[in-house]
Amino acid sequence: MTRILGIESSCDETGIAIVEDGRRILAAEVASQIKIHAEFGGVVPEIASRQHIQCISQIAERVMGAVDGPVDAVAATIGPGLMGSLLVGANFAKALCYAWKIPFIPVHHIEGHIFSVFLTDAPPTFPFLALVVSGGHTCIIACDAPHQYKTLGSTRDDAVGESFDKVARLLGLPYPGGPSIQEAAKEGNPKAIRFPRGLEKSGKLEFSYSGLKTAVLYEMRKNNAAVGDVAASFQDAAIDVLLTKTKLAIELTGSPRLVLAGGVAANQLLRDRLTTELDVPVHMPPMSLCVDNGAMIAAAGHSRLKHGFTGALDATPTPNLPL
Amino acid sequence: MPGVFKLDTDGPEQTEALGYRLGALLPYGAVVALRGELAAGKTCLVRGLAAHYAGAELVSSPTFTIVNQYGESPKLYHVDLYRLSGPDDLADLGYEELFEPDGVCVIEWAERAGDLLPERRLEVLLEHGGGDCRMITIHDLGVLPERWEEALSG
Repeated sequence: MTRILGIESSCDETGIAIVEDGRRILAAEVASQIKIHAEFGGVVPEIASRQHIQCISQIAERVMGAVDGPVDAVAATIGPGLMGSLLVGANFAKALCYAWKIPFIPVHHIEGHIFSVFLTDAPPTFPFLALVVSGGHTCIIACDAPHQYKTLGSTRDDAVGESFDKVARLLGLPYPGGPSIQEAAKEGNPKAIRFPRGLEKSGKLEFSYSGLKTAVLYEMRKNNAAVGDVAASFQDAAIDVLLTKTKLAIELTGSPRLVLAGGVAANQLLRDRLTTELDVPVHMPPMSLCVDNGAMIAAAGHSRLKHGFTGALDATPTPNLPL
Repeated sequence: MPGVFKLDTDGPEQTEALGYRLGALLPYGAVVALRGELAAGKTCLVRGLAAHYAGAELVSSPTFTIVNQYGESPKLYHVDLYRLSGPDDLADLGYEELFEPDGVCVIEWAERAGDLLPERRLEVLLEHGGGDCRMITIHDLGVLPERWEEALSG
């Protein structure tokens, strides 16, 4: 029985969790910026690393207080992300490891997202393909063995989650754009407007979402289209490209299964279409583990510990860390 | 008007090409402030700049991580202040280092930095001009070498 404390602080969420044997979440908390405003009072700058500093010890105490007994190692996100934010989580983790004389396990943020599916009842076996889609990432990764990754393709400009946020702003819908566009799309016709599918026929596993954003802007200026129709048509185009590229990746690699992860994995249209249209099984995290969280970092950390991929205390956060 | 350069580009390729020419002119330590609404071509211009500094390295939007870095000597810092609510948020970013870069720093949504932007900088305004046309205005505030307008017109 191995217990890992996982710490995630690469962006706006401070997530801490204790996970047993890489599978069972014993305790977990995520403080998003919205929660922090309510919980700690006062205005906290949206992206400040100070936000993480302000809440990390309280959250850690609550999570550790909810579980009896020690942990065997501490895993923390070491990149990619915002330098100041990464430093808070990684240094907090290192201090604990130094004090408790236990291993420190640096984890790549995307690796963490991939391991969120190991916290489900039916975890995948290797090899698999991973489609990681979030506000900061859009990539297809071949995972042939534990901690062996090959990025087959990623975005050339905007991430898919970023395009949801920016299009939501163009449409006057609230942040975050993923849920608000999904909600607005229910009232609209996805075939009302044919928006471009970036690099759809390129034959490559690359993504481009910048042109889609531009097309929505032009549409809003030119016509008086209903918000619901634009939202539904945009979502249709954005998700369509993910399907096209994922199908292509499976065809090219012959991969026997797909893992979906990241914040955009919460999109219902994406989940439904992947489940019905792919010929291979699809492993998806539960909704609660799609956003950044500490449990996924702990799960990845457990596997790293098991396979001998731990780190030293001098491991330094890297904002542009490659996988 | 001296120190001001205007160019209409027709499509992302032309905006990117302008970015590349601009990259060749920027001295060490230059700060470039980009202004323009969503889809005005800011990241596109930066892609051209980055091609000058870091070759074929992939340029993606730094909206979520706020700062991307390309190349080694000199470094190109690609900053996106889109998610910032105002200058107060910059204090927590360690902006002083970015605004006196060990290389070149290009900033999208520079208006969010308010008065914190350095006085010596290049101001670039990108505006929609109908269809794929973008009207680009570059205003030099003591950064570029003499006769830069000629070099930039390509």
